[in-house]
Amino acid sequence: MEKATTPQALLQIIEKHEKARDPNAVRISVCGGTGCKASGAGPLIEAFRKEIADRKLDVEVISTGCHGFCERGPLVVLHPTGVFYQKVKIKDIPEILEKTLDKGELIPRLQYRDENRQVYVKEKEVPFYKDQERIVFAMNGHIDPTRLDHYLSMQGYRALATVLAKHKPEEIVEMVIKSGLRGRGGGGFPTGLKWKFTREAEGDKKYLICNADEGDPGAFMDRSVLEGNPHLVLEGMIIGAFAVGASEGYVYVRNEYPMAIEHLQLAITQARELGVLGQNILGTGFSFDVKINRGGGAFVCGEETALIASIEGRRGMPRTRPPFPAKKGLWGKPTDINNVETWANVPYIINRGVDWFTSIGTGDVSKSPFGGSKGTKIFSLVGKVNNTGLVEVPMGIPLRKIVFDIGGGIKGAKKGRTFKAVQTGGPSGGCIPDKYLDHPVDFDELSKLGSMMGSGGMIVMDDHTCMVEVARYFVDFLKEESCGKCTPCREGLRRMSEILNRMVRGQGRTEDLAVLEDLGAVMKDASLCQLGSTAANPVLSTLQYFRSEYENHIATGLCDGRQCIDLIRYHITDACTGCTICAKKCPTQAITGENKQLHVLDQSKCVRCGVCYDACNFNAISILSGTEIREKLGE
Amino acid sequence: MVDLTAVDKIIEGYHGDKTAILAILQDIQAVYNYLPREAMMRVVEKLQVSTTQVSSLATFFHAFSLKPRGKNIVTVCMGTACHVRGAPRVLDEIERQMGVKNQETTPDGLFTVETVNCVGACALGPLVMVNGNYHGNIATSEVTEVLDQYRKPAGQA
Repeated sequence: MEKATTPQALLQIIEKHEKARDPNAVRISVCGGTGCKASGAGPLIEAFRKEIADRKLDVEVISTGCHGFCERGPLVVLHPTGVFYQKVKIKDIPEILEKTLDKGELIPRLQYRDENRQVYVKEKEVPFYKDQERIVFAMNGHIDPTRLDHYLSMQGYRALATVLAKHKPEEIVEMVIKSGLRGRGGGGFPTGLKWKFTREAEGDKKYLICNADEGDPGAFMDRSVLEGNPHLVLEGMIIGAFAVGASEGYVYVRNEYPMAIEHLQLAITQARELGVLGQNILGTGFSFDVKINRGGGAFVCGEETALIASIEGRRGMPRTRPPFPAKKGLWGKPTDINNVETWANVPYIINRGVDWFTSIGTGDVSKSPFGGSKGTKIFSLVGKVNNTGLVEVPMGIPLRKIVFDIGGGIKGAKKGRTFKAVQTGGPSGGCIPDKYLDHPVDFDELSKLGSMMGSGGMIVMDDHTCMVEVARYFVDFLKEESCGKCTPCREGLRRMSEILNRMVRGQGRTEDLAVLEDLGAVMKDASLCQLGSTAANPVLSTLQYFRSEYENHIATGLCDGRQCIDLIRYHITDACTGCTICAKKCPTQAITGENKQLHVLDQSKCVRCGVCYDACNFNAISILSGTEIREKLGE
Repeated sequence: MVDLTAVDKIIEGYHGDKTAILAILQDIQAVYNYLPREAMMRVVEKLQVSTTQVSSLATFFHAFSLKPRGKNIVTVCMGTACHVRGAPRVLDEIERQMGVKNQETTPDGLFTVETVNCVGACALGPLVMVNGNYHGNIATSEVTEVLDQYRKPAGQA
């Protein structure tokens, strides 16, 4: 890659690459994201390349970043036609090349069908993608994240060139304030204001950090953005560094994300070669460089002061704020910290302008960046929903649209499963029941419902999910992850965990609910950091919306979700046809019965693993709980 | 005695940078599969940091193990998405088959069972990782099949 020594030279290089990109070229995009790789995309890409070389075809095979529809992987898109194939295997390759690429014939078995067996030809027609508005993810699926020329051919680094050619740092800060961009990592604090505070803070040196310690279990958008388009994040950071006056940057990324680290490392090397990173960037005298720090697997390190402690080589424990990092951050110097997705929005705001960005989303940010939620948000839509994966939607979209249109509704709806709740905001978020499904999704609206945006995890729960167990899961998670520094968080979570663990075993007491609420209130008021002050949210929100489930656990030992193994019994009903499949699959040989005869389950051997329930094709296994156990089994 | 040549090499790679201590410990664990006491003491000596600092990091972060681990690391993802799709049942089944609990190693040293908060492949839950290989959408009844792939004696794998 030639080195650009002025912003104009960089613009020329970008234009050259833009022109070189032929939109009508025949290309095969294979998703090389972590999800698809887990389903075998790595060998598939190699096999495609080999087959094409053997056949001497003029077709480029691109290993792209995550397309988001991970559940259907490996995903293949043929350009320029846009034909979309899913769950592609190596043995399908000759047929794809001969039929689809050569003759334009479609291969029905590889096409996507929804639950109603409707077939979709192109990726963008699939309901999962149709209602999305992909800005941050726009390039994923089109470019190879290891190729700088691909990024440049899609306007890559144009925003940086514009900024360095035409703007003063203060103008960029003002632009980002006006755009209403708010932190995508959870807090939702206006990014531009953070920049302004860091810019105005006194210090001989300033730092900039990209928070890629995506600790929320159930969220993986930062991973996909870093893996699929690392230059976009870098470009955002370089622009940010120019705006706040930082000379050194860090990307703090989870050690569990090896591919993200690898792609980012490569992007940093390429950016230095291009002259957009390092000393005297584009000959303007502005210098900025980036280092990667690998996280040690502590959830609390997503909190900015804990993250800073960890970069400094200490235990990742938060400290009181203020002073905020913008005043006193890394090594005591002014430091700006933003999340991966936030950084990735910056180049688009510069390229397309504030008016375009504010046209997407809710509220009015012309007077204050707190006035609304602008732009898009990536959610990781997972759990008991048909289409799982990453979805990027405009702020303000109703929850129902995400869960039912994009997500295709509840998994197993035909077997009678129904929607119960959607959990947003990670472990410190809350569970939202069906009566709020038409509520718009943005920073402020989710908070009003007792939940939060968080980093964008969206976990769908069906009627077979026990809300007490969900609360127990999050409390136990946070109990392990609490750093132990402040008492309300450390002790509050421990007591909550004891109570909830008792409750799911059927040993709840009437006074427990009041104690949980008391503990929650104290933790909220008195904890040192966000982890502690929001840790009670899962308990408080489930108590608010699903109180009867708690009461049933205590009063009659009824688990509404039929999930708590101490409170349920599997029972074979008269609908049993004696097909023997459950007996064969039972890991503890608890089921006996002759072929075509009603089977019997020995409760003393049953470990309640649920294998029989999943295996039965005749709906002949029921899950008993509460008083039903005594009525049906006489226990 | 633990051979510490690799440790020296790792520390040299960071040019004695005290702030890189977390990265150094991560690299050491990648080589030895755990943090041997001798290796941590070598870090103390070479970087001129306190023993407390090294041990405070080694005990704070989940990524570190102070005990030797098995030949194969079975990691069950306990993230929320995996959890609601049955990860606890998968972990139960693995523990039952192995005869050890979470964070323990089988007596033959072949497997260590661990859990992780989330590996970020949430659409494929429940998910089990063995030595970094992903096994997604795993049902309790498929556990044996997956583990058997790693049970093969050396040479046949």
